[in-house]
Amino acid sequence: MRETFWDKNKRTVCNLGLVAVIFLALVAIELFAPSTSMWFSVLRKVCTFSLAAVSMNLLNGFTGLFSLGQAGFMLLGAYTYAIFTIPSEARVSVFRNYGTSVIDFQMPLIPALLIAGVVAAFFAFLIGLPVLRLKSDYLAIATLGFAEIVRGLVQLQQFGPVTNGPDPINKFTSPDNVLVYAGITGVCVLLIVLLINSTYGRAFKAIRDDEIAAEAMGINLAHHKRLSFVTSSFFCGIAGAMLAMCNTSVSAVTFTSSMTYQILLVVVIGGIGSVSGSILAAFIYYSSSEWWLKFLDVETFTQAGTKVPLLGPGFRMVVFSVLIMIVVLFFHKGMLGSREMSVYDGFMKIRRLFCRKQTAKTEGGEQA
Amino acid sequence: MNIVPYLIRGLATGGQFALVAIGYTMVYGILKLINFAHGDLFMVSGILLIYLTASLPTFPIWLSILLMIALTVLIGYLIEKCAYSPLRQAPRMSVMISAIGVSYLLQNLVAYLTGGQPKQFPDIPVISDSVVLFGVKDKLTVFLSPVVAVLLMAGLVFVINHTKFGMSMRAVSKDFETSQLMGVKINRVISITFAIGALLAAVGSVLYFAKNTGINHLAGSTPGIKAFIAAVVGGIGSVPGAVVGALIIGVVESLAKAVGLSDFSDVISFALLIFILVIKPTGLFGEKTTEKV
Amino acid sequence: MSEAKNVLHVENVTMQFGGVVAVDNLTMDVNEGEIVALIGPNGAGKTTAFNVITGVYEPTNGAIDFEGKRIIENKPQGKMKKLYAGQNNGVYTSVIRKTPDCLTRLGMARTFQNIRLFKSMTVFDNVLTAKHMRRTSNYFTAMLHLNGKEEAAMRQQTLDLLTLVGLEDVKDELATSLPYGKQRKLEIARALATNPTLLLLDEPAAGMNPQETVELTEFIRYIREKFNLTILLIEHHMNLVMDISDRIYVIDFGKEICEGTPAQVQSDPRVIEAYLGVAEDDE
Repeated sequence: MRETFWDKNKRTVCNLGLVAVIFLALVAIELFAPSTSMWFSVLRKVCTFSLAAVSMNLLNGFTGLFSLGQAGFMLLGAYTYAIFTIPSEARVSVFRNYGTSVIDFQMPLIPALLIAGVVAAFFAFLIGLPVLRLKSDYLAIATLGFAEIVRGLVQLQQFGPVTNGPDPINKFTSPDNVLVYAGITGVCVLLIVLLINSTYGRAFKAIRDDEIAAEAMGINLAHHKRLSFVTSSFFCGIAGAMLAMCNTSVSAVTFTSSMTYQILLVVVIGGIGSVSGSILAAFIYYSSSEWWLKFLDVETFTQAGTKVPLLGPGFRMVVFSVLIMIVVLFFHKGMLGSREMSVYDGFMKIRRLFCRKQTAKTEGGEQA
Repeated sequence: MNIVPYLIRGLATGGQFALVAIGYTMVYGILKLINFAHGDLFMVSGILLIYLTASLPTFPIWLSILLMIALTVLIGYLIEKCAYSPLRQAPRMSVMISAIGVSYLLQNLVAYLTGGQPKQFPDIPVISDSVVLFGVKDKLTVFLSPVVAVLLMAGLVFVINHTKFGMSMRAVSKDFETSQLMGVKINRVISITFAIGALLAAVGSVLYFAKNTGINHLAGSTPGIKAFIAAVVGGIGSVPGAVVGALIIGVVESLAKAVGLSDFSDVISFALLIFILVIKPTGLFGEKTTEKV
Repeated sequence: MSEAKNVLHVENVTMQFGGVVAVDNLTMDVNEGEIVALIGPNGAGKTTAFNVITGVYEPTNGAIDFEGKRIIENKPQGKMKKLYAGQNNGVYTSVIRKTPDCLTRLGMARTFQNIRLFKSMTVFDNVLTAKHMRRTSNYFTAMLHLNGKEEAAMRQQTLDLLTLVGLEDVKDELATSLPYGKQRKLEIARALATNPTLLLLDEPAAGMNPQETVELTEFIRYIREKFNLTILLIEHHMNLVMDISDRIYVIDFGKEICEGTPAQVQSDPRVIEAYLGVAEDDE
């Protein structure tokens, strides 16, 4: 029996269908949602952090390298992007404390994004040379330290003409069309998925599963770890650039280690080693923290005029932390574990459930 | 330039970090868990003392401090019971995420209760008083901190090396399952470890906040991360290592301030961390691990 | 035998961990097409010797040649200069260290005493991963899946290999879900996928029942014929060792105590002593 095209590719086709539906939904939101809708800001954030989470997953979930340098690479990407896309005429006002900016030209969006990624990747390469030899938690600590060093350095007065010192950079190109964000994330995630399913992706997974066996299979550990680290950082840099676009302003204080923890949280909630899980988790995480739970921060009064207890500034984050704790305690493996979302399998599962009910009914009928 | 005051202040901050660092290092030694919530527990204990002294003005301050220490120990114990012990069989990453979750929860809870505003730490008699020692005039807490840290460390090292409980602690840190089979009550050992960590953090917070008087919900993150670096520099899992690491970090940062690099001081401690890890991958006093093939 | 090509030449290898000498001045040769066994009581240093040969550990002193080419050489240095308790100090001058992946690419493949399969992968992917090192496509073409031809060839070779060893019916199952005997077989298949000339098996029959051991013996013979392999193995199952080996090296406390054909080794009093102990030592 020959496998038909459908048999071989049904899962891919169904998932592509899902991607198309999501894309259409985004187009619909962009076209028809009222301009005050929360959808816009939330979706921009979701896209940005989806990419950050997927790139972290490439490293932590697929290569087994526990790194906490994400904030640092995102910072490098964000600054690079911002510095290269400020219009020349606005530079004087942005860099007013330092006379003028050293870099004095404006780049279009896409090359600036690429350069943002390349700068992050370059620094990843440099820091990777010494630290990638470290094991598990020590690697995490060293990369965390690297991120903090970067954050400390860009704020120095001495780098003012390039980074604007401790002052924020703004007035750079920041599109607010959600489709731009979705497009960038889509392309990058697609590249990461392709990489994971290539021969190099298999080598990464082999390293994750068993370093010693991987090495015995002829996989050069240092080389492959570096590849994964640099690639992940490249996409992290792009995610950083997207965050800059979202916020329309870049300042080093945003890129703290707690941002890295947030991304890690998204990765783990979605499932370590699951790309679709990371995206789903990013959507749920940022929609609920920035939007769905917002009402908890507002002091609300009932019609009788009594105040609803507990609600007030800061309560949202308390509830949110409790929710995170619940998810972590009861879903050790995250939402999807290490599996990927599959529309076809989900559909079949539902159908089987439905069919079994039917057969049960008919059997019951026959017996009666 | 006279560097003595800088050295003393460095040792003081080092001593305060050391008390927090011991908590990190002990928990890591036993559970292989980076307890991200530890720095926040440090902050919570400071906030507790503020609320206790405000609500119980008739109490003598030492009683409030004792009460605060007891409460902090209780919180430390509860955190372990609620957030970590259900995850004994789960992958290590889950436990770490749980720690991040606890850290969030503590920060957000305090932010909610205080409205995000810094609170004034009460003046504690004797240790907030100014004294002159070695020709340096500063609060007594500054001179006291390294001494307290070293004394507590010595006590703890004695407990670990010469008592039955210490032996079970060492056993659990070497091999979880075997020690359970050998009749060590691991849950008790872990609980007590967390309690000791919390106790030291509470003592550290009194010494630390007595000189830095404002506390908000983020006040734990800087000392937390510094103490954590210290624990790693000293070799995470080693109690004396944590103290030595903390003193090194404290002195290095203080000297950086002395030569006018105060903006650089964070960068320098992190650079020191990476430098030491690259030379000695498990820290100064860390055990070398070799993977069995 | 004497005109056969030398595949592996181990020369005066000493491996010392601190003050403990795990392998003491071991010299051995493996010629093309041979099956050579390395046996000895527990803790004799067999696996350590294996790890030195495959580049996992750096020997304290000594040298190893593979197909006439020097792959590993070391002399006591650093702390070991003072601590060194072995022989032939000063014979070796240079330091050559190849990492395990390098040696695998040269044609040396191994299995592990405690099975080390890639846990999250299917049987097929486990073997396919071993094909990675022979890739010719670079990172970017692989990432963009522009290396379709190569990928298809890799998959075909993997499928052929799995059919040959009789694992094609379980190819889509998770490696760790296989029964123990098949996991061992898969580990050997994965090693074969690297196209080795020398195969090193570390206790391939550990944990197997007599029936499975007999099958394994046949299997090892079969792959040797099929792939023109030279095999070096560590084993405790004496039936298997005596049945299959052309020559045997016996080591105890890191030292070679005897070398010869199975018949020679079996009758050697030193071997019996090493395994059973001298009469006076017993109670």
